Amino acid sequence: MKIVVCMKQTFDTEAKIAIDANGNINKSGVSLIMNPYDEFAVEEALRIKEKSGGDVTVVSVGGPEVQDALRQALAMGADKAVMVDPGMEEVDEFTTASILAKAISGMEYDIILGGMRAIDDGSAQVAGRVAEILGVPVVNMVVKLEIADGKAVATNEIEGGSQTVEVALPAVFTAQKGLNEPRYPSMKGIMQAKKKPMEKKVLGDLGLDAGQVAAKVKAVSYFLPSARAAGKIVPGEPADAARDLVKALREEAKII
Amino acid sequence: MIFKLSEEKELLRKTVRDFAESEIAPKAAEMDEKEEYDMSLWSKMAEMGLTGIPYPDDYEGAGMDSLSYAIAVEEISRVCASSGVLISAHTSLCSWPIYAFGTLEQKKKFLAPLCSGEKIGAMGLTESSAGSDAGSLKTTAAKEENEYVLNGAKIFITNGFMAEINVIFACTDKSKGAKGISAFIVEKGTPGFSFGKKEHKLGIRASSTYELVFENCRIPAENLLGDEGQGFKIVMMTLDGGRIGIASQALGIAQGAYEQALNYSKIREQFGKPISANQGLQWMLADMATQIEAARLLIYQAAYLKDTKQPYSKQAAMAKLFASETAMAVTTKAVQVFGGYGYTREYPVERMMRDAKITEIYEGTSEVMRMVIAANILK
Repeated sequence: MKIVVCMKQTFDTEAKIAIDANGNINKSGVSLIMNPYDEFAVEEALRIKEKSGGDVTVVSVGGPEVQDALRQALAMGADKAVMVDPGMEEVDEFTTASILAKAISGMEYDIILGGMRAIDDGSAQVAGRVAEILGVPVVNMVVKLEIADGKAVATNEIEGGSQTVEVALPAVFTAQKGLNEPRYPSMKGIMQAKKKPMEKKVLGDLGLDAGQVAAKVKAVSYFLPSARAAGKIVPGEPADAARDLVKALREEAKII
Repeated sequence: MIFKLSEEKELLRKTVRDFAESEIAPKAAEMDEKEEYDMSLWSKMAEMGLTGIPYPDDYEGAGMDSLSYAIAVEEISRVCASSGVLISAHTSLCSWPIYAFGTLEQKKKFLAPLCSGEKIGAMGLTESSAGSDAGSLKTTAAKEENEYVLNGAKIFITNGFMAEINVIFACTDKSKGAKGISAFIVEKGTPGFSFGKKEHKLGIRASSTYELVFENCRIPAENLLGDEGQGFKIVMMTLDGGRIGIASQALGIAQGAYEQALNYSKIREQFGKPISANQGLQWMLADMATQIEAARLLIYQAAYLKDTKQPYSKQAAMAKLFASETAMAVTTKAVQVFGGYGYTREYPVERMMRDAKITEIYEGTSEVMRMVIAANILK
């Protein structure tokens, strides 16, 4: 079973987001992690490999810092890592998906896994776009995945419930929380990760040029949510306070 | 000089920190309160390979170096000092002498299950009348044909009772003093080997501390570690390495308490502003951070020397002395930052302050550390 995992490095969930003087998100000094949904995808890939054999390749688009997250995936047990540096400041989902699909199209694959969304921009588009470009089916928000006889039976979340679908391989699956509990890299895994291959590519290595994958969506501005105003305490006896509260909700907040 | 950890060591730190925060930290206060270690944590640490970090893959170890081990002990101790000493005593005091002085058979039989975490290790040196004066042991080991017969008692044994494999120091020839001491591997369950009282302690209360009693305890002669009379050398070398582990434990305790104090000082408001806005408190935090940084560099230096096979006894003693006194100073200040809340068990700094004290005592008191350092610089 040839398994490919698309992985994104994101800000730590506890990172404090700040806007710099140029109006961009300040990335300096922020600790970076593997997107938690992608961690589910890596874990699922490893479980499939442990059950059915095969190998796991993790692919990521980004600068040199992405190697930390790729190394973590290798330490968890993935066999090979590929990073493609787009060499451009602004990328969108089209850029990332185009690069990933091109990189994956040069590999053998039966299963492609990814997180259902990244916790930073949360667009939940990339894996679906990769499937579209490669012309393979995609099952989103998977919470259970079984592979047998060249096909997959996946349970995924849908509005108001869940469904179980059968799909022919190759196919793309996106991991939702609940799919599994990712393992910690073991000490031996960390040592072995050093010896595993990590391919570093640029667009030219994939036969792409910057113009072909240039972002179609550009961020116009970033802003932080406005600080929450202090709460208001309605004083007085319960009956009076309730009356004043209703009045405030009706006239000031205008929500009833 | 390059003051930067390799990517692999950064990944190790991140991994152990994630694990410690998610798995160990939620249980630390309860284990302290119950004076009992949750063995499911041991199993998880074993699964991750934290039970044999600096030993080769041939013996189920992770094949990492002493610096990696120091980082792991620091990160574990940052949330739970009892877990830190469990790993440290197991790895440095029991596995190391077997790794360094054991025969191939002894390593296969004892080191491999220690590294894999299948078995826990302990070391028995201290006796009621032989503490810092480790040469004055009263426990004896008499050779009778293919066996040694052990008699005597060991006190304050970390990991006692939990440990399946114990490295025990005993006198094989009283007339030779320190040169008459030998090291033995004694398995739990050997007839004549029993446990005395369990110690109830000020800190590291989840760590198991027992008296080990030997009454005509017969062990096979092949369980002699090294040569007869080599015991004192083995114990001194073992303790040199152990000091890196305990220094790392002390550093972890200090780091944990400092972070707690730093965060609390920013959210606790008095007189209409966070207490961190007060210069008196800022200076406390600055001193804590500085001492911690200095302790860390001393420890990394000692580990680096050990890893590059250079003499490290003096640096390990300096690291242990400075890190343990830092732990005591930093945790005491951390409680002060928290004020009345810090004195209660609502916040972990109270436990951390109790845990810190032992690092100035075990594996060589601060006074013995100064003796070792002085002996090194005056020779």
